[in-house]
Amino acid sequence: MSLTSPDGKTTIEPDDSGWATFFRRLTTATDWKTGLVIPALAVLTALIIGAIIIMLTGSSLQETLQAYWALLEGSVGSLRAISATLTEATPLILTGLSVAIAFRAGLFNIGGEGQLLIGGMTAVLVGFSFTGLPWFIHLPMAVAAGFLGGAVWGFVPGFLKAKTGAHEVIVTIMMNYIAIYLTGYLLKTALFQREGRNDPISKNVEESAQLPKLLGWFDSAMRVHLGLIIALIAVVLVWWLLFRTTTGFEFRAVGANSHAARYAGMSVTKVYILVMVIAGGLAGLAGGGQVLGVLDRASPGFSAGLGFDGISVALLGRSNPFGVVAAALLFGGLTAGGQNMQATANVGIDLVSVIQALIIIFVAAPALIGAIYRVKTDASSTQISQGWSS
Amino acid sequence: MSQTFEKPPAESYELTASRTRELSKSQIRRAQISGVVMLLLAAFVVVFLIPNAEGDATFGLSTARDAVQLSDLVVPVTASLWVLAMVLGFLGATQFVRGFQRRSTLILGLSFGVFVIAFIIWATADQQFNLTSMLVATVSRCTPIALGALSGILCERSGVVNIGIEGMLLGGAFSGVVIGSLFGGWIGLVAATLTGGILALLLAVLAVNFRVDQIIIGVVINILVLGLTSFLSSQVLIKNPDLNNAPIFPAIKIPVLGDIPIIGPVFFNQTIIVYGMFILVGTVTYLLFRTRWGLRTRSVGENPRAADSLGVSVAKVRYLAVIYGGMVGGFAGAWFTLGTVGRFDEGMTGGRGFIGLAAMIFGAWNPVGALGAAMVFGFSESLSEKLSLLDIPIPTEFLAMIPYLVTIVVVAGLVGRARPPAADGQPYTKE
Amino acid sequence: MELQLKGITKQFPGVLANDDVTLTARSGKVLALIGENGAGKSTLMNVLSGLYHPDAGEIIIDGQVQKFDDPGDAIKAGIGMVHQHFMLVPVFSVWENVVLGIEPTRAGGVLSRKEARREVKEISERFGLAVDPDVLVEDIPVGIQQRVEIIKVLLRGAKILVFDEPTAVLTPQEVEEFFGIVAELKGRGATIIFITHKLKEALAIADDITVLRGGKVVGHADPATATPEDLAAMMVGRDIELVVEKSEAEPGAGVLELADVTMLDDYGRALLKDISFSVRAGEIVGVAGIQGNGQTELVEAITGLLPISRGRITFEGKDITRYSPRDRHTAGIAHVPEDRNHMGMIGSFSVAENLVLDSYYAQPFSRGIRLQGDVIRDSAEALVEQFDVRPPIISNTGGALSGGNAQKMIVAREFSRDVPLVVCAQPTRGIDVGSIEYIHEQIVKKRDEGKAILIVSTELDEIFALSDRILVMYDGRIVAELKASEATPTEVGLYMAGRAA
Repeated sequence: MSLTSPDGKTTIEPDDSGWATFFRRLTTATDWKTGLVIPALAVLTALIIGAIIIMLTGSSLQETLQAYWALLEGSVGSLRAISATLTEATPLILTGLSVAIAFRAGLFNIGGEGQLLIGGMTAVLVGFSFTGLPWFIHLPMAVAAGFLGGAVWGFVPGFLKAKTGAHEVIVTIMMNYIAIYLTGYLLKTALFQREGRNDPISKNVEESAQLPKLLGWFDSAMRVHLGLIIALIAVVLVWWLLFRTTTGFEFRAVGANSHAARYAGMSVTKVYILVMVIAGGLAGLAGGGQVLGVLDRASPGFSAGLGFDGISVALLGRSNPFGVVAAALLFGGLTAGGQNMQATANVGIDLVSVIQALIIIFVAAPALIGAIYRVKTDASSTQISQGWSS
Repeated sequence: MSQTFEKPPAESYELTASRTRELSKSQIRRAQISGVVMLLLAAFVVVFLIPNAEGDATFGLSTARDAVQLSDLVVPVTASLWVLAMVLGFLGATQFVRGFQRRSTLILGLSFGVFVIAFIIWATADQQFNLTSMLVATVSRCTPIALGALSGILCERSGVVNIGIEGMLLGGAFSGVVIGSLFGGWIGLVAATLTGGILALLLAVLAVNFRVDQIIIGVVINILVLGLTSFLSSQVLIKNPDLNNAPIFPAIKIPVLGDIPIIGPVFFNQTIIVYGMFILVGTVTYLLFRTRWGLRTRSVGENPRAADSLGVSVAKVRYLAVIYGGMVGGFAGAWFTLGTVGRFDEGMTGGRGFIGLAAMIFGAWNPVGALGAAMVFGFSESLSEKLSLLDIPIPTEFLAMIPYLVTIVVVAGLVGRARPPAADGQPYTKE
Repeated sequence: MELQLKGITKQFPGVLANDDVTLTARSGKVLALIGENGAGKSTLMNVLSGLYHPDAGEIIIDGQVQKFDDPGDAIKAGIGMVHQHFMLVPVFSVWENVVLGIEPTRAGGVLSRKEARREVKEISERFGLAVDPDVLVEDIPVGIQQRVEIIKVLLRGAKILVFDEPTAVLTPQEVEEFFGIVAELKGRGATIIFITHKLKEALAIADDITVLRGGKVVGHADPATATPEDLAAMMVGRDIELVVEKSEAEPGAGVLELADVTMLDDYGRALLKDISFSVRAGEIVGVAGIQGNGQTELVEAITGLLPISRGRITFEGKDITRYSPRDRHTAGIAHVPEDRNHMGMIGSFSVAENLVLDSYYAQPFSRGIRLQGDVIRDSAEALVEQFDVRPPIISNTGGALSGGNAQKMIVAREFSRDVPLVVCAQPTRGIDVGSIEYIHEQIVKKRDEGKAILIVSTELDEIFALSDRILVMYDGRIVAELKASEATPTEVGLYMAGRAA
């Protein structure tokens, strides 16, 4: 059978194989123009506007260029920089997938932040609670706990959407705030709090539950960890689920036209709940990856906006699992570079989220880019929602 | 094979035949569920509150500055809890057995009110609790929520979903404090309003001209404003603390009315932003339902093609409504800085824009309804704040969750019954 | 006023919707503009109402060349459109709908309700269009809603009235009333353009007839002498059969049985009331009725999409009242839904995916949760070939198909299943004559294979062309059951209007 691309225009024959197809899936658009040129121009334009903002805060052109140089250096300038980019991209791949798979079923998961927090908390709980387990038991348990925690947090909005029609956008946002307060509370309980500390910080994850550094043998400063491999496996699994299984067929049908899906005998209720459980689980996995692979413990705010960034990643990746990887690498690079920019050029890392938001505006409205650069584009604007009544 | 059915009686063929009314199964079940909820509330009071209750609760009814000083209200805790539990039990049992039918929702709301009162009395046992100052805080805290809801109503009545209210609040809060620090509060207030308008212009351009998914635009506006204000805050405000130190609008006491006990301090001794909110709610209601502009705006939100066919410019109407909505959002943002603390903190709006959205839905896209809903949210915020000052065995984090939990309950309980404008969220194409 | 169109041409990407259209509508006369769906009638009317700008050509009113930038200009020039889908705001009152765009106001743009009500009353009294200005439009019947539309254009001083398919949603009796209104307007010197695909109505009411086909004017006819067959041939470009060839039905055992089926909405109002009937193998049962009298609910009750409140539905002897849509599908009910684009298919899915939309879960299209791509593709190739879906490219999206081909795709999916019962709702709504003929043939063929068939249609002609037995629905009830060969359209029409003969 053939596959429909997210913009509903291209179809990909499954018996195509090799790099050409992979590349097409990566770009997921009718032609290279909408697939690559528009995103590239979107990034360029966003960077230019970002530069203008830096200069408006009192920096000279030279300082601004230095800041951008630091951004570039910090993302791809060295092996360590690339490792940092990959480390930052790892959770973004997962939260991006989380948003993307929900998009496919017609739901907007803004709750990645909360799901990630809860997933991180459950992962860290398993991570420090068991001692003496061999890593091949303990680590999978902790990772699975992360998925489960996020899944529970995703289940609630999915269930409410399915059973009462409560709009998932509002419920997921509220669940984020609840997760923040719950995390703050839990970190001060005897169960989580590190002995001898008064501030909210959890116990350390046992070594047997830590995600091993992939390049630690080569350079101990390279923090890229096994979570990256887990994320990439999740990408392939999500792709397979969406395009090769009856479940994915149902997800996509409900997302494209829930009336038709109901007519075809699919349970829209089941799809809403299941897809939010999976989406929540993926975000929870991201949280697990952070606490087991990077932080080794949990403290308030360890989600660091990764859940929200997932929205940008999914939009830029056009809700295609492979597109999500590309977008996550870009945003991971921006974040890693942004840290370097903040440290060496003294330009705040919050600029990166401004640039990301601008990129999404331009990607969501390709005609805007088309108008600025006089590129002819037939790409239509992204539509995923139908207001409140849907 | 050709049998003809016996013809039903003629009156059933009336053109306007009213369809027979019966209670559907789902209605009966809903009534029973709410009955059970009320009984559970009564049980909660009896099982968890009464055993841990003793002494008297003392409620202050006046604040120190009031002209007329009322004496404190002293309530015996155990006795009043028993009374309230019995009221809840009676209402719940009646609802379960017979149902209040049309008034079920009202009675359910009333029961929650009774429960909240019971809870407050329990929490105040052997302590002091100033009711009036809680109500003053309720009105103040309801202000950004009601204005946020109003911002959403203006946009959505014209058919544009505005989920970027949070960003507009934050943008208004930021520019309000910076301009306010430089040129004074009034100019800061104007700057905050304009900032909201500019952000709304972005929403209008992308939604109306480029037909981008409106929920995406809203989310992006939120991310953009959060990033930009945090960036500017760290780059500029940290180095120049003078820019983050705006005058705060004082509470203005309205002569005579402000001296009425309880009502005076609650409604007639507030800041200009609170008064502005009440005036805006009234004005927008009048404009929407009594003027040409309102008729056209609502028609575009319900059936843009019909409006277009009559020469009403859909784009123009939507632009105006969205920009007005944004300005209201920006004005609301000023409450956070110019209306309360006079300084800006990153992400200080804390989801109030989204709660405003919920208030809009709760209020069925009607400004007055939304104000009522915002009062409920404002009450739950100020309650959680005041309760955290009392010595009760509930962690403050859980009290802080109350407004968000209330929002979820409200949204889950009400969507589907409130009807949004028919063309809400749908880009208009002439074909 | 006399209206002339000269050489109107309008090009859309890939479609020449209007090609050099020239016609004249005379003052005090009714011009019927006929053509099948896709002939370019609607485009022409949108040009006339200022919604579209023609690529070439002129609109001339009383000798003056007009230029319309937007609908406001057309209104000022005296053109009033009554659209097929009423341009009304359901939650507004009648007067709010009527004055929208030309609101009487006091100082400061405040609406003057008194003035607005007076304006509505005046027009409705002058032209005999009785309507209460204060009721909500969503609460009044369709026939009255049409009056509101007419009052709207009259209040704007329209002298040229354009009616787009005005009778599509009316009962035969309301159609009579509507013809009376048209005669009244005509008598007052209005120029009337009546767009329709119903040939008999055009012949009954028009003074001139102009026929459109493929965006072009293909002929004019004099209603005094033309026959429906002449007009149909002009419309389609070849001689067509208006009747479907079919033999007498040989009904077998009962397949579907409804007993006292009642459906209530959330407010306890009855949408379906005590419906009982059966459909037997080898017969076509047609459900006639004006849109909105419970037909949609009836179909959804049978297919399980809406729950019923009381009663029993039996299929092949099994009680399926509590079956889910999926279970009924598996049990052997095929369903061609009423709303092609919103229910029957997914526009962004490929033709191949659409062809397994409701059977993807079963063997051989999937094994476990794995979809069997090869099987799905091979089956799709065979179906587009067999059911003549054009273009026969299964990787195209469903949304790229024309209405007729999309419907053939849906019919292919449902009819290719060897099941005892087929429920077809509005099987040919809005599609070209060729596809209608094809689908009608398929339905009869299915019957002759011994399947039970339930057709729901608001087109009386379709009901009579296909049915062996006719049920008439009104206000959620079955008000008559007639043998098709003995019933007359007038009789059925009276039942449809809810009045006993």
